[in-house]
Amino acid sequence: MKSILKSMALLFSLLLISCGGKEEKKEGFSVDRSKAPEQTSEVSSETNDVPASQRITLDEKGVGQIKEITLDPQIDTEMAAAGEAIFKTNCTACHKIDKRFIGPSPRGILERRSPEWIMNMILDPKLMTEQDRCAKDLLIEFNGAAMANQNLTVEETRSILEYYRTL
Amino acid sequence: MIKIKYSALAFLGLVMVFTGCNDAGKSSNGALSSSAAEKVYVAPGEQDEFYAFLSGGYSGNLTVYGLPSGRMFKEIPVFSQFPTSGYGYSEETKPMLNTSFGFVPWDDSHHPDISQTNGELDGRWIFINGNNTPRIARISLSTFETEEIMEIPNSAGNHSSSFITENTEYVVAGTRFSVPVPQRDMPINEYKGNFKGALSFISVAPDDGRLNLEFQVLMPGFNYDLSHPGRGKSHGWFFFSTYNTEEANSLLEVMASQNDKDFIAAINWKKIEEYVKNGGGTKMPANYAHNVYDEETHTGTSTMKKEVITVDPTKIPGSVYFLPTPKSPHGCDVDPTGQYIIGSGKLSADITVHSFDKMLAAIEGEKFDGEAYGIPILKFEEVLAGTVKSGGLGPLHTEFDGQGNAYTTFFISSEVVKWNVGSWEVIDRKPTYYSVGHLMIPGGNSRKPFGKYVVAMNKITKDRYLPTGPEMEHSAQIYDISGEKMELIYDFPTHGEPHYAAGCPAELLAPKSQKIYRLDENKHPYATPTPDKARVERTGNEVHVYMSTIRSHFTPDNIEGIKVGDKVYFHITNHEQDFDVPHGFSIIGQNTSEILVMPGQTKTSVWEPKKVGVWPFYCTDFCSALHQEMQGYVRVSPANSNIELSWTLGE
Repeated sequence: MKSILKSMALLFSLLLISCGGKEEKKEGFSVDRSKAPEQTSEVSSETNDVPASQRITLDEKGVGQIKEITLDPQIDTEMAAAGEAIFKTNCTACHKIDKRFIGPSPRGILERRSPEWIMNMILDPKLMTEQDRCAKDLLIEFNGAAMANQNLTVEETRSILEYYRTL
Repeated sequence: MIKIKYSALAFLGLVMVFTGCNDAGKSSNGALSSSAAEKVYVAPGEQDEFYAFLSGGYSGNLTVYGLPSGRMFKEIPVFSQFPTSGYGYSEETKPMLNTSFGFVPWDDSHHPDISQTNGELDGRWIFINGNNTPRIARISLSTFETEEIMEIPNSAGNHSSSFITENTEYVVAGTRFSVPVPQRDMPINEYKGNFKGALSFISVAPDDGRLNLEFQVLMPGFNYDLSHPGRGKSHGWFFFSTYNTEEANSLLEVMASQNDKDFIAAINWKKIEEYVKNGGGTKMPANYAHNVYDEETHTGTSTMKKEVITVDPTKIPGSVYFLPTPKSPHGCDVDPTGQYIIGSGKLSADITVHSFDKMLAAIEGEKFDGEAYGIPILKFEEVLAGTVKSGGLGPLHTEFDGQGNAYTTFFISSEVVKWNVGSWEVIDRKPTYYSVGHLMIPGGNSRKPFGKYVVAMNKITKDRYLPTGPEMEHSAQIYDISGEKMELIYDFPTHGEPHYAAGCPAELLAPKSQKIYRLDENKHPYATPTPDKARVERTGNEVHVYMSTIRSHFTPDNIEGIKVGDKVYFHITNHEQDFDVPHGFSIIGQNTSEILVMPGQTKTSVWEPKKVGVWPFYCTDFCSALHQEMQGYVRVSPANSNIELSWTLGE
């Protein structure tokens, strides 16, 4: 009996040793991970065919205090640099330049969104996701991760826009 | 004929009765349209008219309510550890509870007082005293956070505190228990004549509110119970009620009630201030903590102070007098004009009112009735303005409505009595439920009271609410005092045991209430200003995690290379810049508490992992639809392992 116990203990300690260090990589369980086709009703407009992030809505100015702005053909590098600094502090937790992260990358955003829309989205994301169709769809496409209002001023927001023009 | 006359009279009388009834009917309809329910109803989405700050008593904290709704908005941690926010548990706030006795995580908070300018509430700060381990705290009324705590040396049972002078020159702290000064090993029964009662004057810097203990007046060894400043004409004086002028050291319940009269001590602090400025007083070695919280570094620091100036008032002629006051006075309140000093003899039926003008005249005329330890006792009749014959029993505290009326609580007979200042006549009385202690009218201890409501804070609850076992929260009642008669309009439970309270109009504070801390103003030495600065550093077995949060993830959220025996500091910086979006941080086996990090703030929680494994941490504040996803893992390896430190997010 005693020897059985001893050999059991030995077995256990061997098991314990094998537990340290790197574990064998195991595949997760397998299911059909392809998304179920969504049952979209007839109500949906043509825009639903394209994901919100790919949609081009340059004519939409969004909802909020920015009604109309004109961009100088020349990029204001000083303003862009200021915008980059603010972007780094306030936005990079969720937005990366080189990849889609919590939210979309701002690279190329000016090819899809109007300057007014971009600024309104930064200044009051809650209002935008409530009242702007594209913003609402983006919220759903990005997993329901609501964009944080970072309490930026119009001037700070404008400088971020200038920074986006350099990307 | 005579008969007819009588019946005619009777008829007339009946008519009058009926007419009277009609009138009464009308006015009761009027009353119906402004029922008690309507008076306290603050509709959903609407806000209260007043803030009320109620002390927490043995909770050690300060609670914030709205009037007239009685809704509680917040508990501000002051002298007690508060796991809800991590106050007293986080590395930044632990120093706030440091004392000369070491870390004292609790106190008994009693008397809040809002800062004043020209005798009117200015809404900059609120002060409150810790009764047990004598301390005074200053709380910001824009962040509603405790910013400063000063320990009071040579004091014990810091009860006649924390009352402020009318330009917030000083916050004053008096000792309830007299003690040997300096403390020493001596027989208790040699109390009489040997113990001292220290009255401390702590200056408040006008710009940032910083406290400094300027001087302590060493008084005879009585119990200094409550106090209030002079105002208006009596500005420059401070009044303290005393009991145990018998100087008993045992069975005070009997032994301290022997004298028919104790005293209200009148202190001419301006005179003493001048004396100290001219080099008067004795520098005495001391050891007391001064704890300051810096809003920019989000960090508290504790400094031990080593010296205090003490003053023997008998060396400054004209600086201190005693006003004889019957039956162990408790409350010591000064009316808005500064003319009357109200002493509530707690074992009496009557309220004694002294006149400031008469006091000055009696001093001038040297109308003395002997002295106590060299301090002149003024003749009772020479300073007495009047006596309120209330018919109640056990008067405690008085507040004022600014319309010439005073309101006094009666503990033994459980009531609030309204009386006229000047005629001393009782106007109205209403029962309280039950055994009322303090009462509060917003601004009711200033030159400009807002006499619309009075809140009575009771010591006994009994049957007022659904029973919750032997211990219940204390009840409070709100009375509408806008009319001639008081009207009980609401009854609500309060947290802890409120002693005194302070209130002010909402518009004084609401517009300047801080919403966020600006991230670009964060000067915390362990802040993570941008997510790319998030990192983990090791020095020996001390590990510092620089972590940032935003809805809804931690950066980083996977950490490896932590070992059993490490001391891990999680420095969490909340990158939100939006109102009311704190994030929490908690990790399995944390021996402190979670921390709640406000937008733009950095807070630190220490974790000492004891077991090998992979341990989760998560956000404790439901922050967004993806709050449940706001989590991470720390891999803890054996002490002797050589797993390298690494940290990632989204890889």
